[in-house]
Amino acid sequence: MRADLALIHNWIPQGARVLDLGCGDGTLLDALARDKDVTGYGLEINQADITTCLEKGINVIEQDLDQGLANIADNTFDLVIMTQALQVLRRPDRMLDEMLRVAQECIIAFPNFAYWRHRAYLGFKGRMPVSKALPHAWYDTPNIHLSTFRDFEQLCRDQGHSIIDRAVGNGEHEGHWSSRRWPNFFGQVAIFRVKR
Amino acid sequence: MPDTLPSASVGLVTPQRAHFDTPLELACGKHLPAYDLVYETYGELNDARSNAVLVCHALSGHHHAAGYHHLEDRKPGWWDAHIGPGKPIDTRRFFVIAINNLGGCHGSTGPSSINPETGRIWGPDFPLMTVADWVNSQARLADQLGIERFAAVIGGSLGGMQVLQWSLSYPDRLANAAIIAATSKLSAQNIAFNEVARQAIRSDPDFQEGWYAEFDTLPKRGLKLARMVGHITYLSEHSMGAKFGRDLRTDSLNFGYDVEFEVESYLRYQGDAFSTRFDANTYLLMTKALDYFDPAGEHDGDLVRALHPATCRFLVISFTTDWRFAPARSKELVDALILAGKNVSYANIDSPHGHDAFLLSNERYDAALSGFMNRVFRDIEREAE
Repeated sequence: MRADLALIHNWIPQGARVLDLGCGDGTLLDALARDKDVTGYGLEINQADITTCLEKGINVIEQDLDQGLANIADNTFDLVIMTQALQVLRRPDRMLDEMLRVAQECIIAFPNFAYWRHRAYLGFKGRMPVSKALPHAWYDTPNIHLSTFRDFEQLCRDQGHSIIDRAVGNGEHEGHWSSRRWPNFFGQVAIFRVKR
Repeated sequence: MPDTLPSASVGLVTPQRAHFDTPLELACGKHLPAYDLVYETYGELNDARSNAVLVCHALSGHHHAAGYHHLEDRKPGWWDAHIGPGKPIDTRRFFVIAINNLGGCHGSTGPSSINPETGRIWGPDFPLMTVADWVNSQARLADQLGIERFAAVIGGSLGGMQVLQWSLSYPDRLANAAIIAATSKLSAQNIAFNEVARQAIRSDPDFQEGWYAEFDTLPKRGLKLARMVGHITYLSEHSMGAKFGRDLRTDSLNFGYDVEFEVESYLRYQGDAFSTRFDANTYLLMTKALDYFDPAGEHDGDLVRALHPATCRFLVISFTTDWRFAPARSKELVDALILAGKNVSYANIDSPHGHDAFLLSNERYDAALSGFMNRVFRDIEREAE
C-alpha cells in the first residue's frame, strides 16, 4: 500500500463509518473493511477504478467532487478521507467545510508544494516543478490548487477547524527527524487530521 | 439467422410453464384465482441452490432473454448481449431465470387468456397489475423451483423497478440487486408519454373498448402510434441524428405525406412490426404498472424510509443520454440508498444510445456489470466454504 494510505489506515478506528473522496481503485477501503470492519462509500469518477471497486465489492459511487457533497446528510460518517484530491478541486476551501459537515473529522493528504526539491526546481531552474509527486507539466496538470503545510494550516485556522494530527508521507525523508521537525521543507506529502 | 449458434450463446432454449392454483391477491383489490407463468432458464442450479439470478423484463420484454428458440430465429433473446457463457451474467456460473410477467402477451396469464370465471377472454377485464404484484408472482415461481434466495435480481427500466421492489418486498430472498436505467418513480413527463400511448390505442376504433379479440379486429393503428412515440423516447437525439440525420428515402422532396425521410420510414416500420406482435391490452397494463410504481408513496413520499427493509447490496446503473429514465433519477435513488445506509454502488455509463443503451453491449457497461457479478459469484463460493 502507498505510504500515505498505510499511515491513514493506522489512524482509522475500528468499525468506523467512512467516506473516501476520490477512492481510486478502493485499496484503502478494501483494507479497512478487512482489517478494521470499516464500512462506507468511496466517491470516484475514474471509470476503470469504479469497475475495480465493483469487482472488489466496495461501495463506490460515481460522483464528481467538484459538485460538492450536497447529497450526503450532516454527520452521516465518522470520518471523511481525501487523498491526493484536494489540489485538483475547484474550491478546496468549500470541500473542507463540506467534509466537516458530513463527519466530525477528516483526513486529508496532498502534495506539499513547499517540499525542498520543488523549491529547488523553481528556485534554480526557474520553472514549475515536475517530480514524482507532481508529474505533470504546468499546462496539462490536474493540480490546479497546490498548497503547502503552512497554507493548509492557515486555511484550517481561517475556517475555524482544528488540526488534531499532522504527518509527512511518501517521501524519502519520511520518518526522518528532519521531516518531522521541518515538514514544510522536507515533507513531500502532507497528511492532516482535522476536526470541527 | 445464424447457421451455427455463436459460442457465447446459451444455445437453443425451450420456454417452460408453471401453473399456480393459489389465488394471487393484487394491489387493486382483485385477485387472480389461478394463473400460469411462462419462463426460461439458462445455466445450472448448483446443489446449494445459491447461484440463481432472476432477470426482470421491461415494458415490451418477455421470458425469452437469451439464446434461440429455433435455428431459424433471426434474433436471439432480448438480453443476449449480457446473458451467456463468458458474458456479464455468466451462465457457466449462474442459473438464470427470466419470466414473462403476468398480464403479458407471451404465454403467461394475461388479457388474452381465458377468464375461468366467465369462460370468456379476459380482455380489458384483466386486473391492472402493479410491480409489487409481479414480484409476488415471481416469488411463487421461485418457491416452486426451490429457490429460497436469489444471488442477484437484475433488470433494466421497468425491470429495474421490479428489482427495487424485490429488495423491499422480500429483503431476505436476494443478496444483490442490479437496477439499470430505472427510477423509483416516473416523472410527470414520463407518465405523459405513457398517456399519449394509451390514448393512441384506446382511440383506435378497432380497439373496441378492449374487446378487439371478440370483434376479430386488432387496434394496429393505435398500437403502432403508441410504439412510435415510445420509440422516440428510447433513443437519444444524438443516436437518431447519427442513424438517420435528414436523409431522404427518395432523391428529392415529394411535397406529400408519404414517407420521405429515413426516420419516418424507420418509425413506421418499427410501429408496424410491433402492432402485430404485441397485445394492446398488455401494453396498456404495462404502462399503468410503470405509472403506479412509487415505493415512497406509502411513506409520505419519503424514499429513504421506504428503503428501510432492504438488506441486499445494490448496483445502480444509468446512461448519460437516457432522457426517458435520466441519470438524475438513478442518482436520486442512489442518494436515498446512501441516506438509508445501504450498500450501494453507482455507475453512470457514457453511451450515445439513450434509454435503449441498457439492452446493448458497451465496453464500460459490460465491465461494470461483469465486475459486480464476479463479486456476486465470489460471495457464493465463499459461502460454500
